[in-house]
Amino acid sequence: MKYMMFVVVDPDAEETPRAEDITIEEWLADVETHGTRVTGDRLRPTSDATTVRISKGEVLVTDGPFTESKEWIAGFDILDCKDLDEAIQIAARHPQANGGKIELRPFWPMDE
Amino acid sequence: MTADPVRAALTAVATERAAILATLIRVTGDWELAEDCVQDAVERALSRWPVEGVPASTAGWLTTVARNRAIDVLRRRATERAKLQEVALMKEPESPPDDLLRLIFTCCHPALPIEARVALTLRTVAGLSTPEIARAFLVSEPTMSQRLLRAKGRIAHAGIPYRVPAPDQLAERTGGVLAVLYLVFNEGYGWREGDLAAEALRLSRLLVELMPTEDEPRGLLALMLFLQGRRATRFDDNGDLVPMEEQDRSRWDGAMVAEGLWHLRRAASSGTAPGPYRLQASIAACHAEAVDAPSTDWALIVRLYDALAEAQPSPVIDLNRAIASGFLNGFEAGLDAMDGLDEALAGYYLLPAARGDFLRRLGRLDEARTAYTAALGLAPGEAERRLLERRLAEL
Repeated sequence: MKYMMFVVVDPDAEETPRAEDITIEEWLADVETHGTRVTGDRLRPTSDATTVRISKGEVLVTDGPFTESKEWIAGFDILDCKDLDEAIQIAARHPQANGGKIELRPFWPMDE
Repeated sequence: MTADPVRAALTAVATERAAILATLIRVTGDWELAEDCVQDAVERALSRWPVEGVPASTAGWLTTVARNRAIDVLRRRATERAKLQEVALMKEPESPPDDLLRLIFTCCHPALPIEARVALTLRTVAGLSTPEIARAFLVSEPTMSQRLLRAKGRIAHAGIPYRVPAPDQLAERTGGVLAVLYLVFNEGYGWREGDLAAEALRLSRLLVELMPTEDEPRGLLALMLFLQGRRATRFDDNGDLVPMEEQDRSRWDGAMVAEGLWHLRRAASSGTAPGPYRLQASIAACHAEAVDAPSTDWALIVRLYDALAEAQPSPVIDLNRAIASGFLNGFEAGLDAMDGLDEALAGYYLLPAARGDFLRRLGRLDEARTAYTAALGLAPGEAERRLLERRLAEL
């Protein structure tokens, strides 16, 4: 199953350093070895976001994100996993899981 | 033959029935199909057993009928997927016990909302009907059907696995299963007091059978046995709450207490550090083993609450520890220990109620009245209110 993994920065979250915490390089090396990461990248902050929509028949372009929120998506990864438990294990090891949060969204194939 | 032995035979195979369902779900991956076929087998049993007699192997009979039905349905679907499901089903010889454990872990998966975990466990593992579960949790039948349907949809869409968790997730997930069972044990207000608790007790026993080397399921089972063993004395003939101190201990269920103690000893023999349920069971055992309230081993109870507060910090545990320390070190000390809990337990009626009890025992009646009155304003139910009113009247 494919999952979109959003890496969310949460300014209010508390981070308690733990012995098992790993760096992003270690995390990447790990998921690459297991062949579970299809792709992924960092994203520039929401101050660099552009929102596009059609309003009264015209293309309306505004600067900034579509929603005002203290939390923002700092990166994403597309995972190909056996099931949700495997995706949870991978997400739980991501450095941002401690101090930020990770949202897992299953893909919705067109034929379903 | 009347319908009653048939009902009894069906109750006796409740576990096998869940196991048959568990295997059908694993092999076909289709919850609706599996449920329909098991339900169909049960209905056929109800109509045929009274005429033909209860078969020697009830579980075998139900398995065969449910499987044949599933194969029929799959044949009629005539799709590629159905063909594969049918082949898988034909190859599957019997229900391994692990299937039932898989079903339990899937129903109690943390990616499902807690109400869904409870409903799904009662529906599929305990085999209760949707109307029965709806009544237990005081919601309408359509609401409960929707809840079950959404949960099953979520299992499929989110990719919630159908398996016993990996070793590094097992302890945490087992804790999640136990939390669901304990919730079932404590809730179910729409049922006659204790009925749903008996169901939770049955499921805990089943979990202990399926995971015999794990201590915490055994701890929860022991805890439930102690609590269930004194349930009959919790209310008097007028339906009024009886505090434990005043309960008639000769009416506590000795067999349940003995069984609880046996499981607790068995868990302790593993030599691992006790988890939250084992600790709570040990505290309940202190009460169960005391011949009367004054001979309670409060020193041990305080030590157990210390360990529990460390394993699972919570202000409610702090309050219980404060009460135990009051019985051990004097009620003044207990009141001191309760100070500082007001913020964390704001709105929780047992804090002023416990304070009122200690003030009453110290003869500080005006303060006791103030505390009981505060508790009365926060009491969650009629029985609790009547007990507090009685306390106020007795001052």
